[in-house]
Amino acid sequence: MAQIIGLPKLSPTMEEGILVRWVKKEGDKVQPGDLIAEVETDKANMDFNLEDEGVLLKLLVKEGDTVKLGAPVAILGEEGEDVSKLVSQASAGGGAPAKQEQKMEAAPAADAMPPAEPKAKAEMPAETADEAETQRLEKAEKPAAKAEGGNSGGKLLASPLAKSLAIELGVDLRQVKGSGPGGRIVERDVKAAAAGVAEPQYDVADHEATAVTALPEVLHGPPPAGSDESATRAIEVFKGKFGPLALKEPSDEYVDKPLTPARKTIAQRLLQAKREMPHFRLTSTVDAGPLGDFRQRLNQLLGDRGKVSFNDLLLKGAALALRRVPECNAAFMGDSIRFYTRVHLGVAVALETGLITPVVRNADLKGIGVISAEVRDMVDRAKRRQLKAAEIQGATFTVSNLGMYGIDQFDAIINPPAACILAIGRIQRVPVVENDRIVIGDRLNLTLSCDHRAVDGALGARYMDELRDILERPESLAL
Amino acid sequence: MVNTPTSTPTSGPNPAASSSAVRRIEEDDAPEPAAKDELLPLYRQILAIRRMEEASAKAYSQGKIGGFLHLIIGQEAVCVGAIAASKPDDYVVATYREHGHAYAKGVSARAILAELYGKKTGVVKGLGGSMHLFDKKTNFLGGYGIVGGHVPIAAGAAFASKYRGDGRVTLCFFGEGSSTIGGFQEGIALAALWKLPCVFICENNQYSMGTPLYRSLAVEDVSMRALAHGMARDRFDGDDVIKVKRRIQVAVDRARETSEPTLVEVRTYRFRGHSMSDPGLYRTREEVDEWKRRDPVAIARRRLLDECGASAEEVGVLDEEVRQEIADAVKFAEDSPAADEYLPYVTKEG
Amino acid sequence: MATLSYREALNQAIREEMDKDERVFLMGEEVGYYQGAYKVSQGLLQRFSERRVIDAPIAEMGFAGVGIGAAMVGLRPIIEFMTFNFSLVAIDQIVNNAAKIFQMSAGQYHIPIVFRGPGGPAVQVASQHSQALESFYAHVPGLKVVMPSTPADAKGLLKSAVRDDNPVIFIEGETLYNTTGEVPEEEDFLIPIGKGEVKRQGAHVTLVAWSAMVPVCLAAAEKLAEQGIEAEVVDPRTLRPLDDSVILESVKKTGRCVIVEIGWPMSGFGAEVAYRVQRECLDQLDAPIERVTSDDVPMPYALNLEKQVIPQPADVIAAVKKVLYLE
Repeated sequence: MAQIIGLPKLSPTMEEGILVRWVKKEGDKVQPGDLIAEVETDKANMDFNLEDEGVLLKLLVKEGDTVKLGAPVAILGEEGEDVSKLVSQASAGGGAPAKQEQKMEAAPAADAMPPAEPKAKAEMPAETADEAETQRLEKAEKPAAKAEGGNSGGKLLASPLAKSLAIELGVDLRQVKGSGPGGRIVERDVKAAAAGVAEPQYDVADHEATAVTALPEVLHGPPPAGSDESATRAIEVFKGKFGPLALKEPSDEYVDKPLTPARKTIAQRLLQAKREMPHFRLTSTVDAGPLGDFRQRLNQLLGDRGKVSFNDLLLKGAALALRRVPECNAAFMGDSIRFYTRVHLGVAVALETGLITPVVRNADLKGIGVISAEVRDMVDRAKRRQLKAAEIQGATFTVSNLGMYGIDQFDAIINPPAACILAIGRIQRVPVVENDRIVIGDRLNLTLSCDHRAVDGALGARYMDELRDILERPESLAL
Repeated sequence: MVNTPTSTPTSGPNPAASSSAVRRIEEDDAPEPAAKDELLPLYRQILAIRRMEEASAKAYSQGKIGGFLHLIIGQEAVCVGAIAASKPDDYVVATYREHGHAYAKGVSARAILAELYGKKTGVVKGLGGSMHLFDKKTNFLGGYGIVGGHVPIAAGAAFASKYRGDGRVTLCFFGEGSSTIGGFQEGIALAALWKLPCVFICENNQYSMGTPLYRSLAVEDVSMRALAHGMARDRFDGDDVIKVKRRIQVAVDRARETSEPTLVEVRTYRFRGHSMSDPGLYRTREEVDEWKRRDPVAIARRRLLDECGASAEEVGVLDEEVRQEIADAVKFAEDSPAADEYLPYVTKEG
Repeated sequence: MATLSYREALNQAIREEMDKDERVFLMGEEVGYYQGAYKVSQGLLQRFSERRVIDAPIAEMGFAGVGIGAAMVGLRPIIEFMTFNFSLVAIDQIVNNAAKIFQMSAGQYHIPIVFRGPGGPAVQVASQHSQALESFYAHVPGLKVVMPSTPADAKGLLKSAVRDDNPVIFIEGETLYNTTGEVPEEEDFLIPIGKGEVKRQGAHVTLVAWSAMVPVCLAAAEKLAEQGIEAEVVDPRTLRPLDDSVILESVKKTGRCVIVEIGWPMSGFGAEVAYRVQRECLDQLDAPIERVTSDDVPMPYALNLEKQVIPQPADVIAAVKKVLYLE
């Protein structure tokens, strides 16, 4: 029985291919597994093997033709069969969908790849892994629509009170999802978005661990099993904390706090970032000794007039490194990569309701003192809910520091749409090797998470290299 | 000017009345005697009102007076005679055709004309216009625009007089067109029930706007409505100012002495239309001319010259005085500043 | 403080004013020998005689006008409409004469008259006897419109109304006559016309109501408090001139406004209140202003139907939840 052979999917992202070379000819006999043609796909030139047995009665495309996925390329059948009917069917466009799918073989694929730079080759496993992840992601549900201002049609619906409150509290209404009719943003949505700020400390050296939320007292004590009193007490504490209207019916076992619009937004955006952006991470350990000395000298110079923190220096360093490796100051735009011309650093600040990132604009052009003052001022105003909407938008690169919470190293989730986020751990006093001897040193772990669609591993690595160079020779910060 | 056709229209919503329906009450009435010094001032008033109304008509046609203008030309003897029968303390309540009543009560021609001109110097500062002249000094309780709506007010003023026992009488003027509406009915009913010192004077000029008497009242004798309330009544022609004064005097005295109201119907006629915008298609020129032969100004003048022994010169002097008074009033009105405020006159504060 | 019924408070007010000023008299249907159709004038004929407490025949246009004429020349009448439904018979006198004589006479004459009586629905008295007409009168410059909701307000405001030199439309709540409340016992207890009052404080929503709707709102507020929602009840007490400052202050605080009135919705007085609130409090409003009104229908007779037409506490609660986005 003759059948139409359609172009199979030879790579996960393939939508069409160019038939580069017919290996078999019309009339040839084919055994299962025979290579019949070479097809150029978006990734590489792939082997087109047939799993069927028969005679290639007709070849329907010529060498060099572009063929869409699943489109008819040949007719396989018994020798001497009349295939005119199938031919006309095929030319009418009714090709059978690709029933055969090539098994993905990493090795042949690697062979078929054009020679790459050594660095690129080293990334191979990562790439493949990412590809697999991407494939999984493609099969997964479409991520939820961007949470923006809360309603379709692009028009921002907010009650007048919500609007005035948003200005007063420095909330960006476009980041708030409205709980009112038609997605209207109302007072409670804005208040939730601008809820109380914990005490973020940017002074890494102080090592003050400040709790982001005050845990209900009752959780510190031993939980008496099945004790109604403590459960009631816990419920009372949460009621007091969130207000009766902010809780769904509490039961003995738990209390549900409905997501505030701010939390919903954060949840959606981070999920989107995790799903859509192929993250990879690069960790560097930096000698923080010179940086510490530098900071000390700066603070001596400032005296009463102020204090510069490690984070201030790291921000300046991150900005300067972007000047040296501007391709990391980027964002994946779907059909293009956007390279930002200015460096606006988002500084991650932990609030009770979640993360906000006030932005230090043109951080590469500002002196350390200016950056320091600006960051302090923004943190201060964030605590008092006085940040303006413009001040938390437009980051081209984000920096997040959990060192003051005692974290050695961590991987941050990228803050879209920018392609990179730098995660800073704490400075550790550790034994290190210097001149083949073990001495005490200060080491700082920096981890860069990148969106692989915009920034390749090599690029990211170069950035980290430059950053380490700047930080280990901190006079660079003055240049 | 009123345009009266020479022939009766044969069709239309307002067929002209036949002359026979428009008539006086007594054909042969001997005039009441009067002395010169009683009639002279009354004549002067009638004439002044006539000249004042003529000046208003002229000003209206020049666009200097706007809105509605209802002239009393032809009916002057009624308001002058009736008010002459009352005291200065007595109250007068009238309709929107009240320029003559205001003048007879003592409001100056200047104040009246300036009001018609919408000037600050008008008797109510340009706020009321032709239809709403009020003057507390002379106890002139107003001109009103809602037909019959002022009758209960007159009863109320009389009520207050009785309440206080101050001996005042209230004269209430209205047209026969008011005699159907509820305000009139309820007003005279209450006056009769509570025995209020009031004289209700119906100036029956036999046309309610364009509707003749026989088409608006089932019983054309307006005074008969008093019977329904056991109220005293009277009915006569009002072209002789002395007769009006004499007959109203009876009713005024009754009110003052026994606190009982009277309903008086006075037959009269207006020579002009209902208002300046009335084309007058509902009556014939002949009819108007016939009534003009009973012009109260002419009657009073003739009586002065023929019966009271006034000389032509004396009368001539009065004529000239009146002419000057009105000319002066017109000039005053023209030269006065325009009305300039209204906000303080909504509610009384303080 | 004395505990008086709304009716007793009115009676006291009239009696005190008539005692105080000889020019004050009371006129209306059945106010004398019958002791008042709603017993508001009980005992007054005995105290003041027929000269000052005058039974009128059924002639609203007539005796309203008599009152106006008497007021013009210096007396201070209290004219009772047995219900304000009947005031429509006299509306020409009220609107064309009482409201305008001050202006028409350029201030020479003023009309110190009070037109008083019950307004709004009673119970099952059907369409012609159940009307809330305050918006008709509040529309007219030259009039004042006062609507007390409590015995204290009734007494203090009626005394002020009698002393006011302008025509005052004083609409009593027909269903409030038997309600009781504390009334100050001072000798001359007056409440100024044109001043509203917060009847209940709350932070979450402003309820604006007058007359019989005030107790409805207070009842709704009690129920809402059980759910943690604190409603502020603002009673303007005088509709014209309207003390909007007390309303606006409240809405600026709560950000939410529900206006509750017993009249019909179209061009009801609440529409004027809503206009002023949105005009002055736009930036403080978290939700559109809600109005709770009677249905836009002539009042039906059957009790169950009447209850559906008239705003109940449940309707107020539903409107509050709407402006709080809790549904």
